[in-house]
Amino acid sequence: MAIWLSRSRKIAHFLNPKIAYFLQPEDFSYKIHVNYVNSSSFRTLSGENFRSPHAFLDNSATVSALQRRCRRPESTRAGEQVETRYSDDDYEDENQAMDFPGGRVSFTHEMKFISEAADKRIPCYRVLSDDGYLIAGSRFEQVDKETAVKMYKSMVTLQIMDNIFYEAQRQGRISFYLTSTGEEAINIAAAAALTSDDVILPQYREPGILLWRGFTLQEFANQCFGNNADYGKGKQMPIHYGSNKHNFFTISSPIATQLPQAAGVAYSLKMDKKEACVVAFTGDGGTKQFRSDGVVVKGQAYGIRSIRVDGNDALAVYSTIRAAREMVIHEQKPVLVEALSYRVGHHSTSDDSTKYRPVDEIEHWKTARSPLARFRKWVHKNGWWTDDEESELRGSIRKQLLNAIQVAEKTEKPQLAEMFSDVYDNLPSNLHEQEKSLRETIKRHRQDYPTDVPL
Amino acid sequence: MAAVTRGLGATAALSSANSKKFQFTTRRSLSGRKGSFFAVESNGNPRSSLNRHNNRTRQLVTNAVATKPDSAAASTVSKPGHELLLFEALREGLEEEMDRDPHVCVMGEDVGHYGGSYKVTKGFADKYGDLRVLDTPIAENSFTGMAIGAAMTGLRPVVEGMNMGFLLLAFNQISNNCGMLHYTSGGQFKIPVVIRGPGGVGRQLGAEHSQRLESYFQSIPGIQMVACSTPYNAKGLMKAAIRSDNPVILFEHVLLYNLKERIPDEEYVLNLEEAEMVRPGEHVTILTYSRMRYHVMQAAKTLVNKGYDPEVIDIRSLKPFDLYTIGNSVKKTHRVIIVEECMRTGGIGASLTASINENFHDYLDAPIVCLSSQDVPTPYAASLEEWTVVQPAQIVAAVEQLCQ
Repeated sequence: MAIWLSRSRKIAHFLNPKIAYFLQPEDFSYKIHVNYVNSSSFRTLSGENFRSPHAFLDNSATVSALQRRCRRPESTRAGEQVETRYSDDDYEDENQAMDFPGGRVSFTHEMKFISEAADKRIPCYRVLSDDGYLIAGSRFEQVDKETAVKMYKSMVTLQIMDNIFYEAQRQGRISFYLTSTGEEAINIAAAAALTSDDVILPQYREPGILLWRGFTLQEFANQCFGNNADYGKGKQMPIHYGSNKHNFFTISSPIATQLPQAAGVAYSLKMDKKEACVVAFTGDGGTKQFRSDGVVVKGQAYGIRSIRVDGNDALAVYSTIRAAREMVIHEQKPVLVEALSYRVGHHSTSDDSTKYRPVDEIEHWKTARSPLARFRKWVHKNGWWTDDEESELRGSIRKQLLNAIQVAEKTEKPQLAEMFSDVYDNLPSNLHEQEKSLRETIKRHRQDYPTDVPL
Repeated sequence: MAAVTRGLGATAALSSANSKKFQFTTRRSLSGRKGSFFAVESNGNPRSSLNRHNNRTRQLVTNAVATKPDSAAASTVSKPGHELLLFEALREGLEEEMDRDPHVCVMGEDVGHYGGSYKVTKGFADKYGDLRVLDTPIAENSFTGMAIGAAMTGLRPVVEGMNMGFLLLAFNQISNNCGMLHYTSGGQFKIPVVIRGPGGVGRQLGAEHSQRLESYFQSIPGIQMVACSTPYNAKGLMKAAIRSDNPVILFEHVLLYNLKERIPDEEYVLNLEEAEMVRPGEHVTILTYSRMRYHVMQAAKTLVNKGYDPEVIDIRSLKPFDLYTIGNSVKKTHRVIIVEECMRTGGIGASLTASINENFHDYLDAPIVCLSSQDVPTPYAASLEEWTVVQPAQIVAAVEQLCQ
């Protein structure tokens, strides 16, 4: 029930693999490896025969009924299907193979170490060329004009929002900011491919998803300014958005804490039998600190289906996430999507990335490989977008943002009582005491305390 | 910015009428639930209640969804109840809550098919299904995180740590997420998770499996901690923890699972923030929890024979402390001994000492004595292990010295 989306910001020859299975929703004929259709029966560990897995895909009631009859735990239902992968050759000689969880393992008398690197790296799925042309022969999920234009406009909005808030931090108006520059396609295309019921567990570079789902520029500004209209009531740092009504979990700074939590959300959705999935995001910091061919190859190591996709190709990301979503919901299994991309901006306003990477590399990915430019070319070619609309949009967004910042700046900060609220469901006596003590201290030394915090 | 000057603030509030009213009011807000039931608290003088055999009557709960609507009036006195062991009491409490609310689920190592390493979930997988009683791999950080994610999405998971010590691997999830996400999300997401499991010094389990995690967790803001010690309070605290919307860590003890007691037939839920008066007395207040309660009671027998009258309180609520009950006791006896299994440095006893000193300094006739384990990893050799744990003889000696 979970899609694990991983981005890589590495440059070309370190392309981080992200694997996605491209899938036509109409037919479940998977192109790669998986041997579902052919095996009509397979043996489980206990030796019981099951029908073809396709029978399982009808509805969960059938599945659970089958499960109960065959006395296999419901929770491991997904796990069974992995066992079909390994073909059940007939070994007459016991010395040729042995039974092992997952299937039979054949013996070899050659001591051969598996190379740490495969001969070829996992290829990367893309649909649009750098010039915005559809690559001949590509299969992808078609995007209609309305969706495509909304996607493009959202990418532009995200880009401008990032620029303006970044500048606001530099001017000292907000304390901290981090941009998603370069990753707009991942943000927006993934959001567009999902429904509003799908739960998002972000790392921190996915505000585009909130944007797509209707979070307003004012709401973003409120969170960054930590005023009393912020849903977090000023208790988290800027860009740590969270909105339960948008199914977007509040961001927590440490890396990858959201990954186990995503399993929990998926568990919850599975229990509720909801037609929805959870998508957890993480970047290189959470995955790619090792010498492997990116993180896509780890999919197989975990028994998780995976794909590598060009994260700067909005159409490819859109198709991949659509396909992955169908898969995880119908098969109730996780999918790992590695979207190759590049983080154009600094890590945050506390970082100067020119200290650890070449400036021309940044420029290259900012211009020649820009996901916005690429998508714009395609939308333009279809006659769905004009230059006039572009400048009008940019002007309008900019104005709205500046206004939102002004309003947010003027809005009152949360009251002092909010410092103690939400630690627990109700205020316990020790916190009540501490609040009282603080108020007394403030009363005695009013001049030492900020005047813009209402008491 | 002023540090928390609890001492100063509390001194002002110490005039007895004020403090009782103040603390009683806030305790009501603590225990008042938004929903259907509330805990009947001890709202009078602890001594007015009863002798130790009936002290549990004070903690009966009027429950709007109880099967017997008049159970509050018909107190336990007339019901014979049923006898069971502590792990069965935990199981009963968990089962009742799982029957009552379909959102309650259990996850942990071997909780499903095996029925739990201490049999707390025996039979549950068959009854509730494997999904709702989920066997997890040996990955504490992952399944604790999973429970948090599930809780944020509306479930009420009960996480079982096979041994509390293993939860150190999940410290980041417990501290940064479990304790904090309700706060940092501005109240948008709640985390009604229960984390439970056996801890404490067992019989030669080795240093890593004999830990007292309450010391390490007590600082985390946003969580509550309780420790059970009898079948009665085990069941009541389990139910209360599950019903609480806050994350609660329920500390059980490896050596107490086979304690037998007769508990009421009708439903009851205890108050998470309340301490338990085990034995009222006059001369000295002995504060303890979990397994040390039994060492204290054993020492109490000896003390009574020697003519002392100790008041024994099982604090039960490790975070927050029940300063109301404790305070009343201190005001009466003016002498305090804390008996704990935690290590001397940074344990529950250390915090409790500080708390009592700050709040009730004027009522103490002598410095607080804190008997704890030494600051050493628990040795494997049985003889050495025995001496890392406070023994009844030491408690007797400490009381004699304090009361002379």
